[in-house]
Amino acid sequence: MIDARNLTKTFHDRKRGEIRAVDGVSFHVSPGQIYGLLGANGAGKTTTLRLLATLLRPSRGTAVVAGCDVLTQPERVRANVGFLAASTALYARLTAREFIGYFGRLNGLAEPEIAARIAHLATELDMHEFLDRRCDKLSTGMKQKTSIARTLIHDPAVMIFDEPTVGLDVMAARAIVQFVRQCRARGKTVIYSTHVMSEVEKLCDTVGIIHEGRLLAEGAIEALQAQFGERDMEEIFVRAVTGSRETAV
Amino acid sequence: MHATNIATVFLKEVRDMLRDRRTLISMIVVPTLLMPGLTFLAGMVAYKVVNKARATAPTVMIVGGADSPRVTRALAADPKVQIVRTTADWRQRIADKAVRAAVEIPAHFDDALAEGAPAEVTIFHYEGEMRSGFAVNELRRFFSEYRDQAVVERLAARGLPSTLVKPFEITARNVAPPEKVGGNAIGWIIPYFFLLLAFTGAMYPALDLTAGEKERGTMETILCSPVPRVDLVLGKFLMVLAASLATVLCSLASTAATLAIAGTLLADAGAGAAARAGAAGMSQLPSIDPIGMLAVVAMVIPLAVLFAAVQFTVALFAKSFKEAQSYVSPLIVVIIVPAVIGILPGIELNARLALIPILNVSLVSKELVSGVWHWHLITLIFVSTCAYAAVALAVAVRMFEREDVIFRT
Repeated sequence: MIDARNLTKTFHDRKRGEIRAVDGVSFHVSPGQIYGLLGANGAGKTTTLRLLATLLRPSRGTAVVAGCDVLTQPERVRANVGFLAASTALYARLTAREFIGYFGRLNGLAEPEIAARIAHLATELDMHEFLDRRCDKLSTGMKQKTSIARTLIHDPAVMIFDEPTVGLDVMAARAIVQFVRQCRARGKTVIYSTHVMSEVEKLCDTVGIIHEGRLLAEGAIEALQAQFGERDMEEIFVRAVTGSRETAV
Repeated sequence: MHATNIATVFLKEVRDMLRDRRTLISMIVVPTLLMPGLTFLAGMVAYKVVNKARATAPTVMIVGGADSPRVTRALAADPKVQIVRTTADWRQRIADKAVRAAVEIPAHFDDALAEGAPAEVTIFHYEGEMRSGFAVNELRRFFSEYRDQAVVERLAARGLPSTLVKPFEITARNVAPPEKVGGNAIGWIIPYFFLLLAFTGAMYPALDLTAGEKERGTMETILCSPVPRVDLVLGKFLMVLAASLATVLCSLASTAATLAIAGTLLADAGAGAAARAGAAGMSQLPSIDPIGMLAVVAMVIPLAVLFAAVQFTVALFAKSFKEAQSYVSPLIVVIIVPAVIGILPGIELNARLALIPILNVSLVSKELVSGVWHWHLITLIFVSTCAYAAVALAVAVRMFEREDVIFRT
């Protein structure tokens, strides 16, 4: 379960002064549900997800992730979260097995448990062939599978995906989408950020449209279609964003 | 803070680093082979050049003296100087280093000496040029002996003993044991290398584990783990420190081996060479107090913590490995300057200097390799360096916890 309450994050920039990257964002995601955070580049998606994963600390507001508060129990939050982003890379000089095992140890798992989890995940993700190959020798698809295994080693209740398909080819991107669906099927709470409209349509139970740090619209795809009188997700997004500008003017 | 987490991070970093050729080169190959090799080579070349210069009689021109055959003949007969034909451009020839010095003998010098009239010889030389300096020394020696001889002859002519003007002799004898002489002669260079290697050994891992990880995207990956950031930073920091100390220890082992091998080789050749050169001990390497050398390493440990923490913190600010390099590389000057000041003659360790980081270790190391143990100053330096190191480490931990530093893009 994710419960974001008035999440706000401000940064200070010497030239631009105070920047509100995330401005009073509240939403709720239940187990077995995929929440899609849709926004353009720089809209505040990554910052919101980093706040939920406790990589950043909110300036105001808070969030409860898997029953733990991001402000007071950041380590416990991270122990219950699997965070996968296009920017989370692998250690080039470790093998896939060593890399996944390292995160198992960091998550406090015992060695026999780590070995069993790696064996299980390798079978599930078809990784046995390259498990003992160094990460810098892996193909993009193999790297993606290794990253997925890393996020799942501690079997977290909450999965956070930050634009995970950026830079991937069609096949690797499809594998990710399939994996996200599997997470939902297993009852995990999933939040997925993207600027690709088709991914939202394919995956998400609920969509939040974020722009300039604020959540402008939220609801199931059908509800948003009804609200904006449009079938196409891209049109809905443009209407939501331009509507906010018109309101601001 | 959990020891298990710190150990997990540290062991992963060790494994990662040991697979990196660049780290192995900077941590093991450079200090083990290159540094002592270069030092030894440079030392041998300098030693040979100086000995060759000493062994060759410097060329000297005599200006004037045509009417004083006695002194010019005596000078020409001296084996320690080589008299060459005087040319009109003798000043230019000294400047061109074609001759090393010239001596001007005033008119009627022989007559003046015989009559007891005052006279003055002038030596022309090129200040700062080593061989010209040797020529001046030889000319001074020759004319001092010539003057003493004249005095003895005058006294004898008057029926007086030579002890009238030389009532006693002066002899200087060394009481310092060989390791102290050695310590003073080459003692400065060993701590200098240890300081430098403690810094350079930490540099690559400090950059790689901070800015390098940011650049490659693994920093965000590791921050996703539930491990508290203080554990992450300490695990990484321990790796940087281990690299620094490994570099120093490799250098220590290699220096000890170099000195032992060189000592044995030179000892074999030493007896014959000493007999031929008539300068016993010249061809032997000065010995270093081994306990003193270990003490230097002990003093370098807290300094290595300081170096590792400072480089770690500075590199953490950078967005990329290259940017970090441009921040950290100039710091090497900050190490070299106090280390070199410590070498300068006349600077003695005192309680005030014992509080200046780097300089204090440089100064005390010079004493330690000479077998001098000022325990109160050693304690003061060790404790103060530990305190600086603790502050630097606290700053490193603090910086790692700052979002604007860790996510600076």
